[in-house]
Amino acid sequence: MSTVRPPSTLSAARTVLYKELTLERRAPQTLTAMALFCASAFVIFHFALARNEVEGALAAGVLWVTLTLAALLGIGRSFVADREEGGLDGFLLAPAPRISLLFAKAAALLIFLLIIGFFAALLLSVMLLGPTPDGAQWASLALLILLADLGIALVGTLVAGIAIQTRARDLITSILALPLLIPLLIAVTKASEPLLSVGGGTLAWRWLALLGLYDLIFGLLAYALFDYLIED
Amino acid sequence: MTNTEPAVVCSGLVRSYGERRALDGIDLTLEQGQTLVVFGPNGAGKTTLLRVLSTLLRPSAGDASVLGSDLRKEGWKVRSQIGFLGHQSLCFGDLTARENLRYHAKLHGIENAAARVEAVLEQAGLSGRGDERVFGYSRGMLQRLAICRAVLHQPQVLLLDEPRSNLDPAAIEQVEPLIGAASGRTRVVASHDPAGGLAEADLVLGLRNGAAVLLERAAQATTEQIRELYR
Amino acid sequence: MSTTKNLYGRRLPGYAIATAVVLTAAIGLAFFFAPIEADQGFSQKIFYIHVPLAIVTLGGFIFGGIFGIKYLRSGESRDDLRSYTAIHQGVIFCIGALITGCIWAKASWGQWWVWDEPTLVSFLIIFLLYTTYQPLRFSIEDPERQARYAAVFAVVAGVFVPVNFIAVRLAAPLIHPRVFSNSGDSLPGDMRIAFYTALIGTALLFITICKYEMSSKHSRAQLAALRRSIGGESDEPNAARRAAPRVAVR
Repeated sequence: MSTVRPPSTLSAARTVLYKELTLERRAPQTLTAMALFCASAFVIFHFALARNEVEGALAAGVLWVTLTLAALLGIGRSFVADREEGGLDGFLLAPAPRISLLFAKAAALLIFLLIIGFFAALLLSVMLLGPTPDGAQWASLALLILLADLGIALVGTLVAGIAIQTRARDLITSILALPLLIPLLIAVTKASEPLLSVGGGTLAWRWLALLGLYDLIFGLLAYALFDYLIED
Repeated sequence: MTNTEPAVVCSGLVRSYGERRALDGIDLTLEQGQTLVVFGPNGAGKTTLLRVLSTLLRPSAGDASVLGSDLRKEGWKVRSQIGFLGHQSLCFGDLTARENLRYHAKLHGIENAAARVEAVLEQAGLSGRGDERVFGYSRGMLQRLAICRAVLHQPQVLLLDEPRSNLDPAAIEQVEPLIGAASGRTRVVASHDPAGGLAEADLVLGLRNGAAVLLERAAQATTEQIRELYR
Repeated sequence: MSTTKNLYGRRLPGYAIATAVVLTAAIGLAFFFAPIEADQGFSQKIFYIHVPLAIVTLGGFIFGGIFGIKYLRSGESRDDLRSYTAIHQGVIFCIGALITGCIWAKASWGQWWVWDEPTLVSFLIIFLLYTTYQPLRFSIEDPERQARYAAVFAVVAGVFVPVNFIAVRLAAPLIHPRVFSNSGDSLPGDMRIAFYTALIGTALLFITICKYEMSSKHSRAQLAALRRSIGGESDEPNAARRAAPRVAVR
């Protein structure tokens, strides 16, 4: 006879995260779409900006606009499968702590965004980037991708949680997420600019601080408000 | 939680969507181990009642409690003791049956999850196809899988929304020990079958437009009364 | 019914009169009392309209967030109505702030839009965010869920406002005159009187319009309830989707 004891937050989050990653591995729609989107976007930027090479602020802008719009694809998918197959009900029926769903969904989105982030940065350096960043600059860029993707994942999960119950899901996701992400974009593009410039530069701490603040604030907001979105 | 406490108590239970009342003042008491069968035309509120009792929906007004816990304030306490079977299987098409059940087992915190999953699959007759992805399942198999999921954590109370739909007579017999009267659990069953439902009921509830128009011990109710609900 | 008569419209006539008085005084002070500013000339007077509108907009959005929190904790539809109205009017006042900001920009620096003024840019971003409030509400049918999600939005957006200001300020160079700089109040006394009068008047205007909107919605809800109790179904398409909150009639 097996006993039943409500799982801990960590255990439940791990279970849901594993499910999310398994589903994506079995039917890799989200990652493929995001990757293809990035590649197409760079091609479009080449023609639209009439440039073979970009650097500095322009390169930062191209990279982060592309990643943000690719993220919208991922955010939209975040809760769709659950809604369609009743996965949300399945979770709600279990005695698992509700907040573990937020952790799992945000973590899954973060993992996808990190993969795509590094992919896009590499692709950009091959396709469109003029200057070649050195090791230290790549390291700084990696840190920026990590911090920015964390913020996007948190905001994205929160917005997805709101949008999933609406009738115009994709529209609401886009118009809600984009303005909310503007401060993050300001920080990360300003921070990336010296890393992608000719002559090179280093990371300014004020943008890192702003990114960190943004992540912290939206992390706390998501943590505080998620229950209200999930419970009926 | 004592053994003599009623399993389900509703008192003036209301669930509304804006001005529309899907449940309009339901009163009932169901003792442990007994079966309540709910009849009513589509839209009468059967599914809503089951969803409220399962803690998926919160009461808008009135009181409802399951195994002594008030659903509005303490619903989280009884989730482990409630098994819900709705119209959706709540299983993911891209995962296998085993993976789906293991997922639900972990979410419920079942120890020895693998053994329990095997046992349930065996009882439902799905062991042989347990490693196939669920989107390839027939409707009957999907229903059996959903039943597995509902009883996986051995809940004391079963909430079943038309549990025998999509099942052939052989399958019905197969799942009987899991969700039938023989399981010994307290059951609330939504049914469209007057004769069959009445046969397995201890208590009968008839809903129309969210209101209880019939509430009788099964011994006193007749199939004619039930058919009247649908006219 | 008489006990609920003034649920939202309490002292509404008083507020309306006060608003009219103070705004008239403000206009008089701004145009006839305050001196003409040396650099920018007469067109600088629009500052007495633009800045109060901007400040009151921010106040409205912050109150929208506060009432959102109250609603999440209490579940009272009154708080939802207050949150909705504050944000709804906040968006309208924001449009006013943006338009007057553009007029001021055109008059002062020759262009309708300037990216170098961080406050104006921040307001544009905030406007873009808050205009999603109505479509969001409209797209959720169940009224209880609509109110709850709207409240979540109001809180998120309310917290977003200061973060946004910080980010935009850090990003833009500071080359334009700022009224309330860090080194102290740079407004001379005459202008200060005119400005604060305009600010109070605009705040009163906001409160008056909000009270009016809430009490008019409440009256309509009472009327619909009466019709329903007399003749069964009311004429109003209650089943129709709408973004505005359903007012509880008590």
